[in-house]
Amino acid sequence: MIRFDGVERHFGEVTALAGLDLEIAEGELIALLGPSGCGKTTALRILGGFDRPDAGRVFVNDVDVSSTPPNKRDMGMVFQAYSLFPNMDVRTNVAFGLRMRRQEKAKRLKRADELLELVGLTQTADRFPHQLSGGQQQRVAIARALAIEPTVLLLDEPLSALDARVRTQLRAEIRNLQQRLGITTLFVTHDQSEALSIADRVGVMQHGRLEQLDTPEAVYRHPATAFVAEFVGAMNRLPGRLGDDGEVQVLGQRLKVLNPDGTKSGAAVYALLRPEGVAVVPDSAGPGEVTQRTFLGSAVRLEVTLDTGQKILVEQPSHDAGLVPGDRTGLRILVESVIIEETVPSPAP
Amino acid sequence: MSFGSVGIAAADEVVGGPPPRPVTKARKERPRPWRIAIFVLAALYFLGPLASAFKFSLIQSNGRYGLGNYDQIIKNSAIRSALITSLEISAITAVLVVVLMLPTVVWVRLRLPKLTLMMEGVTLLPIVIPPVVMAAGLEELQSHAPEWVVKLLFNHPLSALTPFYVILALPFTYRALDNGVRAIDLHTLVDASRNLGASWRQTIIHVILPNVETAVLGAMFLTIALCLGEVVISSLLLYHTFPVALIQESLSGTAGISVALSIITLAFTFGLLFALSFLAGRRQRATSIRVI
Amino acid sequence: MRFGAWVGVVPFALYVLVFLGLPLYMVIHGALTTDAGHFTFSNFKATFDSPAYRSAFKNSVILSVWTSLVGAVFGVWLAAAVVAGRPGGMLRRIVSSASGVFAYFAGVPLAFAWVATLGAEGVVTVLLKDIGINLYAGSFTISSLLGVGLAYVYFQVPLMVILITPAVEGLRPQWQEAALGLGATKLRYLRHVAVPVLAPSVIGATLILFGNAFSAYATALALVGSTLNIVPAQIDDAINGNVLVNADRLGLALGVEMIIVIVVVMVCYWLVQQRARRWLQ
Repeated sequence: MIRFDGVERHFGEVTALAGLDLEIAEGELIALLGPSGCGKTTALRILGGFDRPDAGRVFVNDVDVSSTPPNKRDMGMVFQAYSLFPNMDVRTNVAFGLRMRRQEKAKRLKRADELLELVGLTQTADRFPHQLSGGQQQRVAIARALAIEPTVLLLDEPLSALDARVRTQLRAEIRNLQQRLGITTLFVTHDQSEALSIADRVGVMQHGRLEQLDTPEAVYRHPATAFVAEFVGAMNRLPGRLGDDGEVQVLGQRLKVLNPDGTKSGAAVYALLRPEGVAVVPDSAGPGEVTQRTFLGSAVRLEVTLDTGQKILVEQPSHDAGLVPGDRTGLRILVESVIIEETVPSPAP
Repeated sequence: MSFGSVGIAAADEVVGGPPPRPVTKARKERPRPWRIAIFVLAALYFLGPLASAFKFSLIQSNGRYGLGNYDQIIKNSAIRSALITSLEISAITAVLVVVLMLPTVVWVRLRLPKLTLMMEGVTLLPIVIPPVVMAAGLEELQSHAPEWVVKLLFNHPLSALTPFYVILALPFTYRALDNGVRAIDLHTLVDASRNLGASWRQTIIHVILPNVETAVLGAMFLTIALCLGEVVISSLLLYHTFPVALIQESLSGTAGISVALSIITLAFTFGLLFALSFLAGRRQRATSIRVI
Repeated sequence: MRFGAWVGVVPFALYVLVFLGLPLYMVIHGALTTDAGHFTFSNFKATFDSPAYRSAFKNSVILSVWTSLVGAVFGVWLAAAVVAGRPGGMLRRIVSSASGVFAYFAGVPLAFAWVATLGAEGVVTVLLKDIGINLYAGSFTISSLLGVGLAYVYFQVPLMVILITPAVEGLRPQWQEAALGLGATKLRYLRHVAVPVLAPSVIGATLILFGNAFSAYATALALVGSTLNIVPAQIDDAINGNVLVNADRLGLALGVEMIIVIVVVMVCYWLVQQRARRWLQ
């Protein structure tokens, strides 16, 4: 129901969006994920009407909205911070959109109260924004955006300015709300765990391009490019050699290569492996030594240094872990296929 | 000038610099009519008189156009000596006010932080007293003071005006220096310096001073501009400073000379503040690089 | 707090006591005593009784009020226009430096620039005469309250620009975008958000402008000497013996009254600022 069609945006020399094609289905939550400058916020702002594309068009329900001003687009936007009007109390803030639609006072204040209850902030209705915590302010911002019953919900890194604990709590609440209301949502973030945990589909972006658009699991397990593989989750880069048969030899094991195209057989490559795709095999005569152990709560991450000097990260559930720094160990790769990356990168297109 | 001449905002604006704004994307937009309207109005109202003054200043006493009026700073002895007097007063005041305020500001920050509020209040006092009232008080002082005080203080403009100009300069000097000192996290620097073995003297000279350079320069520039322009007190107390000489010249001779000198004064003051804006900007950028 | 810590502020304290405290004391003491040295309020009473002083006060207030209002309106307008441009650009720099010059240091030079423009032989006056408009046909002169007031506007507007720019810059772009996203037009955003948020700061700055004009004397002095009937001019005449002999105590009383007015203005300003600061945390 939302379609970006070849959308481009340039700022002088810098290309923020290089021809974005993206479709968002009704009721779907799509997370745009990427480092700063990748174009995700630009895409969101163009959808919201706060910026105009230099080329390409944006459709909502097959209507071209590219030149519709933001106040006519019926979208609810939640900003990263500071968006509540400081001169109004919480209830008046939430009711603002309804006031702009000329709804009468009693009705819109009642609706505001309903929404405050939805986000669990009824008791703050008479307070002013500066009296609320960051998490509370964002909840109010969400309530305010939802009050007008928009067709689309836009969230621009809404959790980035909050404490870690509040962040995890609020993101689950946002997902719950979104699913209950069935509202089409575009969520922009640079935090990959955030994107993976709440989205129906994740779009990973870099340099104004969409590198992969897929379900969270697919993006994590089957990254389409080296960038996606390294950006989402931790990644090991192990040297290997590409064989003729589309397989690569790594750590003594043969693995199928998911992206052999373009690489010459016999070339030296890096195989990209997730830490949880490798396991330690305790072996006092093993080829590697545990050099670091990091306790992550539910998991333990071990750094194993091979005698060749290569370092490898291994992650496993913490009730399994027994090895400590100094122990010798062997390694076993648990997956059957990998993404490879050329050691001498080909010139950028 | 007056109430505003020791404006706190000047110090903030000039030394603190504008708050860093998020870099907004530069898009070539057609400037909107409401902006054009006020810019045109402002240009007319503010540049108009300046242009007129410039044209006026080119009319010499012989009725012809030329730069003759501008030579008067050198040729006219009354004006020349008044200018020298004012410059001397400015220089000494600028130095005095920094010598008085910088150690005090540093001391309060380091040892007596609870006094900060009171310091802000005290340095606000000179603003509350209009210069004309200050002049009245000085006049009273002069007429009631014992002989030795009059001899010491009031016989020469340098000794009479400088001490009180320091008071006039207090508000924005304090603000500028305080902002400068706040910006550098004094405690940490001093602790680090002492920890590495520096004496107090070395700490002040090698650690504190270089880091508040911009603030000190800003305070001094503003003080100099203040002193060169201060006319109420000096005229009421009948001292012959540069602005007073300008007024006298306009009353006795052609206005052309006074106008010419006024333009020079305005240009000079503008030059000072303009240069200062670059200094302040550079400092901010340098600090942020250091932090990253 | 150890005793030794206080030593550091002694030089400053002494300096302020002597060079600020003494003149201030002389003013207050002189205003409250007779020539014979007795305590009295008669000096103040005399200032209220005298029609000359009363009209001087009235003129000062009127002058300050209208120049502050004009300065406020155009100052905010100009500040908003400058802030809407590129931050850190040359325009911003020039306006900021120029505002500083005119607002704080322009007293005498400003007066002469003004004479050169609108004086009897001023460039604009002559220009207007050439096209048939005689500025001086009526009661207008550059030495009138109106003429001096127009010169005051010259430094009031820049002062307003300096004072209000931080507040205008503090208007977060997210507010406008959020308002638009919720269906507001730019005008409705201004009415419901921008103006209410800026109001305390604008009011506060206008108060400062009032105090500024009320205390000002340099420009008037350069333009017309002490002939203009405003309070500072009366004080000038009083202490320089241009009026009656022994009017100096009346001048001091006037001075104390001026101080009181400014103190009241500052207190109001402080109260308004409290409110402004609360919202814009």
